[in-house]
Amino acid sequence: MNIDDKLAPLRYNTDSESHLSVDNDVCMRCKTKSCTKVCPANVYEWCEDDGILRIRYENCLECGACRIACEKKNIAWRYPKASYGVKFKNG
Amino acid sequence: MVNSKIDVIVVGGGCAGISASIVLARAGKKVLLVERGDFSGSKNVFGGTIYARQTAEIFPKFWETAPVEREIKEHKFFLLSENNSFEASYKEDKETEHNCYTVNRAKWDRWACEKAQKEGVLFAPKTLVKALVKQNNKVIGIETEYEKYYADIVILADGVNSLLAKSIGLREEIKPSDVALSVKEVIKLPRNVIEERFHLENSFGTACRIISGPLKNMFAMGFMYTNLDSISIGFGVSVKDLKNRDKKPYEILEELKAHPTIAPYIKGGELVEYNAHLIPEGGFKAIPKLYSDGVMIVGDAAMFVNSLHFEGTNLAMLSGKLAAETAIGAIDKKDFSALCLSEYERKIKSSIVYKDLKTYSKPMKIAEKNLEFLLTYAPYKICKFFEIFTTADNRPKRNKYRKFIKDAIRERGVFGLIKAMWCLFRMGIGIIK
Repeated sequence: MNIDDKLAPLRYNTDSESHLSVDNDVCMRCKTKSCTKVCPANVYEWCEDDGILRIRYENCLECGACRIACEKKNIAWRYPKASYGVKFKNG
Repeated sequence: MVNSKIDVIVVGGGCAGISASIVLARAGKKVLLVERGDFSGSKNVFGGTIYARQTAEIFPKFWETAPVEREIKEHKFFLLSENNSFEASYKEDKETEHNCYTVNRAKWDRWACEKAQKEGVLFAPKTLVKALVKQNNKVIGIETEYEKYYADIVILADGVNSLLAKSIGLREEIKPSDVALSVKEVIKLPRNVIEERFHLENSFGTACRIISGPLKNMFAMGFMYTNLDSISIGFGVSVKDLKNRDKKPYEILEELKAHPTIAPYIKGGELVEYNAHLIPEGGFKAIPKLYSDGVMIVGDAAMFVNSLHFEGTNLAMLSGKLAAETAIGAIDKKDFSALCLSEYERKIKSSIVYKDLKTYSKPMKIAEKNLEFLLTYAPYKICKFFEIFTTADNRPKRNKYRKFIKDAIRERGVFGLIKAMWCLFRMGIGIIK
């Protein structure tokens, strides 16, 4: 089962703006790109050609692992605005 | 929401926050519980189980009315190797006192929060606290997306990430080695199928811990819990170790689900939810300063998790209660200074929250240094031993045992084996000393 299938049953109330942001210049210099490894929802993808970190914030599970794993402390991590984001039915 | 002076604002409607709020309300204090989700539980995730004795201190006889799933009466321990496994099980005496229950957090937290409201707690869902309001270095309220609210005391129950505790310098950013990422799937199966697969009577249930196999070479432990008509399966792994793996957490979860020992339990089930959460696993050394002028920290925000025993909700509820009791004393004295709130730290220090975390402080440090032996080599070797013990063929048993020992010496060296035994001994001594 791939990550999209795993995320499929979840309900989200998606905001039009991202609650996660990075400085791409810093990402460019980052060798490990740990955010792409630890995120349980595969939110982060490094696009080598464009030199940008693609952030699919709409899939975020709001765990915070990316912020802690980032060696450059480059992820501006906030909670989504009240009542936005993921809504768990089981927890 | 009434914007008049409130005695206490509690940020976060999880186990710790609800517990703190309800204790305050019962003492006649005016308390506002603030939750960023649509309802309590909509953002909360755990393994897991709640622990009856400590939960009953807040909600007496909760099992009669609360939405619990199954009363856990069996605890299984799986040691996985590549394709085989060793399993041990402890069955509780069915007549004994309730120990723990699986719950669905979206239902449980919602129930607990509604109960708190009935007892007088003011509840503000869909409210995100952006910052704490300070005056002369004292916390005097909260700032939400829309307005400010003031109170004599603010209790931070805003979870493992606690951006608020960080914002006032009570906590630093968590180190990757002090936190685990847990990923979990809730898999729906008919009730009778679950009861057959786990040999369950009535609404009793099983809690499983899973070591090694697909989780080898990481500081990780898997779990599986029976709910009424679903199974929760997942694992927690140190963020530090996950950073160095090429596999993503959900890929490791797929491997765990596919292991020949685990797969039959969840076979044919339908995924109803995949979720993830951080678990503060830094233990004793990671406990932050618990109070300051006008503010206290409880639950996951205060890093109160006993990771080895999978205990968190109980420590959350207990710490919430102790903070509330401290707040009640402070309100009666009209003294909200750090000095007065330091009573909370004294209460924590004489409770099992502090005592248990302290007990494991040294042993966990030793365990971390001998991780590969404890969570990979030993489980694989135990499986290997039972393979020899149970296999009948034309090779003499003595030769097999000798080879088993020779292999161990070759793999680890005599010194390495002695060191491993010494580590186990020191861990044991560290716990009981």
